[in-house]
Amino acid sequence: MKILSVENLSKSFGGIHANRDISFDINAGEILGIIGPNGAGKSTLFDLITGYTKADSGMIVFNDNNIFGMRPDKISNLGIGRTFQKLKPFADLTLLENVMIGSFAKESNIKNARDKALEIIDFVDLIEKRHHFARELSTGQRKRLELARAMAIEPKLLLMDEVTGGVDQKTIPGLVELILKMKAAGVTIATIEHNINIIMEISDDILALDQGQRIAYGKPAEIQKNDRVIDAYLGTVDVA
Amino acid sequence: MENTLNTARLEPVWHTNRRIMLLLAALALFLVIFPLFGPNSFYLHLMIMIFMYAVMAQSWNVIAGLSGQISLGHGLFFGIGAYTSSFLFVEYGVTPWIGIFIGMFFSAVIAVLIGIPMLRLSGHYFAIATLLIGISFQLVFQRWEWVGAASGLWIPLTEESSWYALQFHDSKVPYYYVFLAFFIVSYFFVWRLSLSKIGFRLRAVRDDYQAASSLGIDVSKYKIIAYAISAMVMAPMGSLFAQYILIVDPDRMFNLEISILVLLMTVLGGIGNIWGPLIGVAILIPISEYSRIYLGGTGGAVDLIFYGLILMLICIFRPAGLISLFPKHILERKKQR
Repeated sequence: MKILSVENLSKSFGGIHANRDISFDINAGEILGIIGPNGAGKSTLFDLITGYTKADSGMIVFNDNNIFGMRPDKISNLGIGRTFQKLKPFADLTLLENVMIGSFAKESNIKNARDKALEIIDFVDLIEKRHHFARELSTGQRKRLELARAMAIEPKLLLMDEVTGGVDQKTIPGLVELILKMKAAGVTIATIEHNINIIMEISDDILALDQGQRIAYGKPAEIQKNDRVIDAYLGTVDVA
Repeated sequence: MENTLNTARLEPVWHTNRRIMLLLAALALFLVIFPLFGPNSFYLHLMIMIFMYAVMAQSWNVIAGLSGQISLGHGLFFGIGAYTSSFLFVEYGVTPWIGIFIGMFFSAVIAVLIGIPMLRLSGHYFAIATLLIGISFQLVFQRWEWVGAASGLWIPLTEESSWYALQFHDSKVPYYYVFLAFFIVSYFFVWRLSLSKIGFRLRAVRDDYQAASSLGIDVSKYKIIAYAISAMVMAPMGSLFAQYILIVDPDRMFNLEISILVLLMTVLGGIGNIWGPLIGVAILIPISEYSRIYLGGTGGAVDLIFYGLILMLICIFRPAGLISLFPKHILERKKQR
């Protein structure tokens, strides 16, 4: 069953087409991996879906709601959570307080919001750090914080922007395990990733972008053999 | 790990530093019994000014410290509070006790009305807009005959001291307790606010509005809520000050200096911390009042030179304010001890 349907989504900044006629679906309970070289329009796509940037044209339907042009907070309240490529923790608040702010989306009682936040912090394996200020956490821990905070709004769909980017190699397996744990917990996920091995391992479907356009969309095995994807990632070799 | 989660569930919702709470209780007790020591009227006046500016600086702390919006025209709500209660008393004989609450209501309404268009502006633009709005209110009141124009309103003297009319002619002690009560209630209110759902959401908006909106927070709505609450905290001080000096006029009540002073005091003490404004006020008000005594008149502006100097030093050496001089383990109360 489709949870998100995107049709012919386009966005230009001046003369530059950041996204051009992008179409894809995400099925409930699955992981959609989004790949593409730098500047392909991956993060812009997330900004368009979550309302941070208004698309020029197209259609975005989430759970039978047309969310095109809607404000980010309203989209969040409908059940789309997200993390950011450039991390945005509430630096002067503790980890627990960061996640509690997410919990308040569904829970007004302070104690209940705190208990719910504690469970999610435990889920992302940071319970020992709950009273640490966000600014004191390592990059990997802050990535987990953002995931926990997004989880706290009880999203039906979670958009993750480069969760494994910028962290050391030792941290990556834990984050991948966490993504799979979230999927097992019933969260539908769309994730932008540069690490092809990870995307092939975790994704049910993959959307490949290049220069703002969709160049491939399908199962990981198909994407792996797709010539346009290979070209975009490895470049073409001119044979004289 | 499960054990840690169970332990965490058993923790109180908020850790409180017992020593700090005892210190605050001792301070509150001292403030309550202070008049019993028979201080002369200067010291009572000094304390009244400290209470008044502490609440006003706390009001500014709500908008700037909690929600991250810099207002340069916050004295506007002081003036609205002063004029509302005074006008109602002068024209209709309404007790200032009711006038105070009507002033709070008007201030909140005005904050919402000017907040809706202005809070779309961000950063410096919002600050400049609030500055101009503050000045424009002064100009309007200077020309508005209904409220006495430039001469303002003289609050008629009652024959004897009266709690109904909130006028005390024989002693400053009743004023002291009225200002003290508002000071304690305001600080308690802002403390509870900062620990409420609204307080958390405001701090989220302050720290990162994009992340806040990704968690379902309507950023504009919460900025307006902060502005209205801040206005409501400021307004009663205008009403009480009007009763204290028994005159309201545009130059005094909508004075730009009020807006700048509350900013300076909060920045000096520590913005975003509930005790920051009080620390700033406890330092700057005595400097101001003593300079008035020794140099006469308005203090020969020496107090303003002091303010400027202190502010420069704070910006260079302690951008987080004097509160940051306290040991970290006291400030960061939520850390495990």
